Amino acid sequence: MSEWTDARPARTPGMTAKEEILARVRAALAVPRRDEVTEAADVPRAYQRADDKQEVRTAPEKMRRVLVRRLEDCTATVHRATAATAPAMISAALGEARSAVVPSGLPASWLTQVDASLVVDDGTAAAHELDEFDAVLTGCHTAIALTGTLVLRSDDLGGRRAISHVPDCHVIVVEADQVVLGVPKAIERMATDPCAAWTMISGPSATSDIELERVEGMHGPRRLEVVLIEPEPDPTPEPETASAPKAAPEPVPDPAPPAAPATTQEKTS
Amino acid sequence: MSTVHLGFPAVRPQHASPSSRLRGERGFPEAAREELGDGTLRENLRRATSSIQSKRASAVREVRDWQKLRNAGSALKWQVTDHLPELLEQLEASVAAAGGVVHWARDAEEAGEIVTRLALERGAQEVLKVTSSATQEIGLDEVLGHAGIRAIESDLAELIVQLARDAPSPLLLPAIHRNRSEIREIFLATMPDLDPSITDEPAELAAAARRLLREKFLDMPGSVAISGADFAVADTGTMVVVESEGNGRMCLTLPRTLISVVGIEAIVPSFQDLEVFLQLLPRSSTGERMSPCTTLFTGVHEGDGPEEFHLVLLDNGRSAVLEDPEGRSALHCIQCSACLNVCPVYQRTGGQAYGSTYPGPIGAILSPQMTGMHGSDDPNSTLPYASSLCGACYDVCPVKINIPEVLVHLRAKDVDRRRETRGDFHGTWDVALQGASKLMASPRAYDLAVRSAGPLSSVLPGKNIGKLPGVLPLMTGWTDHRDLPKPGASFRTWWDQHEKDRAAQEPAHGPEGGSAAATTDDDPGSTDEERS
Repeated sequence: MSEWTDARPARTPGMTAKEEILARVRAALAVPRRDEVTEAADVPRAYQRADDKQEVRTAPEKMRRVLVRRLEDCTATVHRATAATAPAMISAALGEARSAVVPSGLPASWLTQVDASLVVDDGTAAAHELDEFDAVLTGCHTAIALTGTLVLRSDDLGGRRAISHVPDCHVIVVEADQVVLGVPKAIERMATDPCAAWTMISGPSATSDIELERVEGMHGPRRLEVVLIEPEPDPTPEPETASAPKAAPEPVPDPAPPAAPATTQEKTS
Repeated sequence: MSTVHLGFPAVRPQHASPSSRLRGERGFPEAAREELGDGTLRENLRRATSSIQSKRASAVREVRDWQKLRNAGSALKWQVTDHLPELLEQLEASVAAAGGVVHWARDAEEAGEIVTRLALERGAQEVLKVTSSATQEIGLDEVLGHAGIRAIESDLAELIVQLARDAPSPLLLPAIHRNRSEIREIFLATMPDLDPSITDEPAELAAAARRLLREKFLDMPGSVAISGADFAVADTGTMVVVESEGNGRMCLTLPRTLISVVGIEAIVPSFQDLEVFLQLLPRSSTGERMSPCTTLFTGVHEGDGPEEFHLVLLDNGRSAVLEDPEGRSALHCIQCSACLNVCPVYQRTGGQAYGSTYPGPIGAILSPQMTGMHGSDDPNSTLPYASSLCGACYDVCPVKINIPEVLVHLRAKDVDRRRETRGDFHGTWDVALQGASKLMASPRAYDLAVRSAGPLSSVLPGKNIGKLPGVLPLMTGWTDHRDLPKPGASFRTWWDQHEKDRAAQEPAHGPEGGSAAATTDDDPGSTDEERS
């Protein structure tokens, strides 16, 4: 046959693969290119970075509006809530689910109205055991408004990755201070802990492999429900006591509730 | 490192192993002819490429700083190529620090051996695969098969191709040649537990695939999964996998051992730089603002995901691409496939005709450089010509690879090589141009040639001249892929006639020449006819 069929790439005896690859690359790059070598400092960063004025100045309500629209674009269901209505909304988001798995660090206040039987993940359940759950309920680390993306860190709020990948329905609770406008701001937040396991979710999984027809929920959760906890509309000096009975008498359960929901309540009351 | 350098004979960059899936059996024109004959394929391709193209366009239009992101992406990729050795070593150190093991593979064989050994050592008889170009390029499924290990593709399209035992297909739209009823038949024949009442609705078929794969995902004690990675971050050792179906997410998380095979070019300098690439890739690739699932992991995470992580860094011809300063930017590719969808050639031929894991415009510059172009009987020598040089690929490339420029450069390289090997014989091009030059140097010879072209061609049937037999010396190849319109009257013949007609009209109008006369000449001609 032709000359090229037998030409196996040469290996240098006595050299490790690493040494040889690096030597090959160095030899290749020894042939200079027309332009100057690009250093890290030469990279033009004229795009909108994390400190861009749009990112910094956009009003939080507006960011949240964009987030909701974009989440709905990728067919997630969004429930807008306040600290007071969150427990009811979370319960509604879980819908028909009879059982749900949760990571260990969810604020207890979120769970007060959940009907489904909740199991706190202790890290031991195998994948097929997780499959028995109808739903998974997690918090979130960062929500990117412009892309409708929810970023989960593998921690006691986002849970280890297996629990959020296996059950059929995923309910994610997003708090207002987690919402950013663009990807750069999100990466900046993630960069404080870059070596964590991160999952960025933009809607349920999907495939278009059969005749280009989009089918949602290929693997992993087929339903994505998002509960967005927003600050109360404004310091409206309404006599709150009348409507309170639903939320107020449900005193926060014993484990000290994490800071975020508590402070929101303080601000508004 | 320099001591290592001195101790060995000069190491040269090497082309990819011949076993790699980087070269077809036939040249592009021949392979394309067959694909073009398949009407279903062409219709599917047309629909697919045009819908993805418009989705991409609107996703990009939304981003005000898109061009600035492209500039940053391009510069970052140059930073990576210019500093590749240092960044590779930095990546290795970061991955090792995070509990991963780094392996280096000079070529396809070495990568296959490493993965096979790791799988065998863990007693794996089945491994789950997330489709990636690097594993496809080295023909990993087959290599594992020889060792008695079954690789199960977890991407829907790849699964269909695998179940149907179709030829390995290019990455983008691998199942484009199968319609829904064919896919139903394939599933019924290969999935024993499938309810025969299943219809050919894509949602039902996808659900069947989901069930099949879910069993595999959920029940693999001591299991092994193999993936690629879209980006490997040098400063943190983070691997980034961007996908739609969620199968990647499963494979990266549920098995005990994860092996990622990654080309040495997939490096991104720092974690922060992901702010550029995670904007460029999804919008360019599927036209989504972000892909449904993006996973970032770094080495081994205690209590979460695989207990073992192995990274196989693959050269396999990449050093050879780097050797050519005019062509090395081909390695900047982040595999979004935007250039495929806009390419008028790819839109018609599809991926198979390129014969390589990397099809389309980017494949036309990447594959020949990875394998080398070894003369006219090398199919990959034809790839740089598989383009009309319209430049659409450059416009959409998120990292601004100037594909048309590299294509022209590779064509020049190919011609130079042919000249070298053939000595004084210059091939048809030169013969044709020399002939044309002689002809045009003599007004009489040229006149004769052009005047006779029309009458001569009238002996052939039809409006156009189709494929001519190869024996005609000047025409070889020219009519293989396009029809030549039959020459009508030559300009000289037409002009003579025109002048004659004008002379006949002239006396009626007197001696007023110029353009006014010429225009009035034409109109009265027709009115005269009407009057008579």
